[in-house]
Amino acid sequence: MKIAFQVNGKRTSVDVAPDTPLLWVLRDTLGMTGTKFGCGKALCGACTVHLNGMAVRSCQTQIGSVAGQQVTTIEGLGGDHRVQRAWMALDVPQCGYCQPGQMMSASALLAMNKNPSDQDIDAFMSGNICRCGTYPRIRAAIKAAAKMS
Amino acid sequence: MENIVKNETRRDFLKVSGTVAGGLALGFYLPSGPRVAQADGGGGYASPNAWVRIGLDNVVTIMVARSEMGQDVYTSMPMLVAEELEVDINKINVEFAPPAEVYINALLGGQLTGGSTSVRDAWEKLRKAGASARMMLIAAAADQWGVAADSCKASDGVVTGPGGKRATYGSLAAKAAQMEVPKDVPLKPASQFKIVGNVRQKRLDTAAKVRGTAQFGIDTMIPGMAYAAVIMPPMIGGKVSSYDDTRAKNFPGVKAVVQYSRGIAVVAEDYWTAKKAVATLDVRWDAGKMANVDQRSIWKGLEDASQQPGAVFREHGDADAGLAAAAKTVTSEYRLPFVSHSPMEPQNTTADVRADKAVIITPTQFQQLIPHVVAGATGLKPEQVEVQTTFLGGGFGRRVEVDYAIDAAEISKAAGMPVKMIWSREDDMTHDSYRPAGIFKFTAGLDSAGKLSAFRFHSTSPSISSRLFPSIVKDGIDPFAVEGIDNFPYVADGGMRFTYQMHDTGVTVGYWRAVSHNLNAVALESFIDELATAAGKDPIQYRIDMLDMGSTKHQWSGLSAGVPVGARMKRALEQVREKSNWGKKLPAGRGQGVAVMEGYNTVIAMVVEVTVSANYDVQIDKITSVVDAGTLIHPDQALAQMQSCINFGQSACMWGEITVKDGAVQQNNFDTYRVARINEAPKELNIHFIKSDSVPGGLGEPGTAVVQPAIANAIFAASGKRPRTLPYTPENIKAG
Repeated sequence: MKIAFQVNGKRTSVDVAPDTPLLWVLRDTLGMTGTKFGCGKALCGACTVHLNGMAVRSCQTQIGSVAGQQVTTIEGLGGDHRVQRAWMALDVPQCGYCQPGQMMSASALLAMNKNPSDQDIDAFMSGNICRCGTYPRIRAAIKAAAKMS
Repeated sequence: MENIVKNETRRDFLKVSGTVAGGLALGFYLPSGPRVAQADGGGGYASPNAWVRIGLDNVVTIMVARSEMGQDVYTSMPMLVAEELEVDINKINVEFAPPAEVYINALLGGQLTGGSTSVRDAWEKLRKAGASARMMLIAAAADQWGVAADSCKASDGVVTGPGGKRATYGSLAAKAAQMEVPKDVPLKPASQFKIVGNVRQKRLDTAAKVRGTAQFGIDTMIPGMAYAAVIMPPMIGGKVSSYDDTRAKNFPGVKAVVQYSRGIAVVAEDYWTAKKAVATLDVRWDAGKMANVDQRSIWKGLEDASQQPGAVFREHGDADAGLAAAAKTVTSEYRLPFVSHSPMEPQNTTADVRADKAVIITPTQFQQLIPHVVAGATGLKPEQVEVQTTFLGGGFGRRVEVDYAIDAAEISKAAGMPVKMIWSREDDMTHDSYRPAGIFKFTAGLDSAGKLSAFRFHSTSPSISSRLFPSIVKDGIDPFAVEGIDNFPYVADGGMRFTYQMHDTGVTVGYWRAVSHNLNAVALESFIDELATAAGKDPIQYRIDMLDMGSTKHQWSGLSAGVPVGARMKRALEQVREKSNWGKKLPAGRGQGVAVMEGYNTVIAMVVEVTVSANYDVQIDKITSVVDAGTLIHPDQALAQMQSCINFGQSACMWGEITVKDGAVQQNNFDTYRVARINEAPKELNIHFIKSDSVPGGLGEPGTAVVQPAIANAIFAASGKRPRTLPYTPENIKAG
């Protein structure tokens, strides 16, 4: 079944089973591997993307439900997004595997909340696990990004 | 040197020779590696040595022969080369090196990333590699210009000579590669470092990791590749008895269903199809010898084994007489559970096994071993197996194991096509090689002033090396099972004895970040706190007063400093006392705890402040740490490693526990195996490095262990309860 939606502003159409998670459509069908597989159960946040601007876990988002909608991935964040600039300025990543998901969550947070407090950051970002322990830098980078234009 | 052979038992694939003597000599045979010091023949680049490749277009590529799993080898190791090569570190390319003899880690005896050894091993070697290449470039220029080499100078990728002569490295590279390799390679004094120690240096891999373009193993794509999902026996050591794959085979998009050594794989056009088809397999398992094993039987086995005398790994005087003569004795027992590595990137490998050759692309910490085990699994020769190392989405010791590379190779061979095998999180967590569980018993004698006069330690835990590197296990001692206490830093003049009792529970155990420091040092530094309490002394001053300031060398300290560290510990403790505002007045329910440790030639003192609720829930308010890691190559990432270790240790000691029922691991995802999230990270984290020009210490691991007893001791200070069973759950604290 053909399913049409937008990825990073481009019209895209895929022919896959409608129960296929958006994660695997992005990675396997479209070859966009920036979005990561971590747990397959929306427990770790590694697969976070934006669906119509909101952060969602792509491992639990069936492609059938995405028809006609807008998906933004780490590739679509542009490289110069203020969250990405802050992440680079503070050298946030270690292994880096969870970071696309962290940045997609952080950018969604900043889109809703211009100046998040520590508590806001903790509440919104607690769905994204990092095993390397970049949490102190993530907190600092979100605050730095909030100050950028 | 012995060759590696694959034995029938799949996990016992190593036959190694070696000893522990300031390092581990594992004695690997290597297939003929790439020729490394030569021009490429096509004229694109030339290599003065194995670490440096100079493009005729002036692009300098530095080879990184360790695996980048977050710990920064991708930047810190090229920094060492670039410092002496005289090139702009921010303009170089970095490539991961293939397996080759020249890339062996001298501290481990293999091309292996672990033991916090990468920078320690590289410290002189890579600066010399850079200096040697620079000297060859200068020699080439001098020869070309007919001038003396010492009248030429290299800077920023250009050699300059008398009379304004100037040549780029690229223009000299081909000639330089033919010059004689210098025998005497003097190195810059630290005062002249421009790159090493630069506090503003950024990681070279950040941009790719921020843009989502960094290639992890799971991101590999090769032409004609299919995707494999697997089902493995839930019971540790179980086997496939029989299976029905009728539905899976007929699943649209499925290309093959194959049985391999330890499971069944479905190979399909995409991963989701493979995953769905795997779920339709009807498999009967042969549970094997673990069928009736559960928590009760595992702990009963450890308890029984702990009654055995064990093997002595350190002794001084007569500990029993010392204890008998003591004014007071304190006895305590600590219990630590199995814990999982659970890196964020589940295990995966892309394998293309053909009749005469195999390509294995994998996130591994041990690329050198892969040609041998893949050869064993496929019937190829090691030299027919090409290994490419990707970025690793976390390692923590899990990727020292090569099991998943073997699996992928077997699946590719059986399916007759290139496959990318991806484990689910559930596959990963239930088929880990777990940090050993164990029982740690202490008896201390105190004199009338409360000072330690005699000491007895007895640990009982499984041996990791017995499976992976059996030849380094001698006389009942696995050197990796006694670290973290073989370097016991305190004086007990009346006698001390340390024993280790090996006990196999049947649960597969593996090297887990900081390995047995997480067992021995965690228990030891909690127990020392008990002694301070028994003596009625301040925990920091008590430690300082008892430090061994003498010259005792330790027998087993393979990856430890192996030299006296009393003075370094004293300085770190004194500084952490001041910087943490130790002993400040805190409200009820809050407390400070301290711990100190030497591991990997790094000394860390740490003070943790916690709040413990009436229900024994713990919040970490603040951590202050003083670290003596010698010379820091990349200071900001030295800091990152301490932040990382603290997080990893916190997860383990607060929540980490793998349990077994009917031979199967019960935790299979992050809902049942809890790890630290951002809201649980310490509210304040202050890490101070002692300025030092000593050789670098390791930083990837030691902090992981130190933070755990510091948390336990803070919990005691805050609540009066001392948890002796990990993790520090409300139940275990309450029982303390």
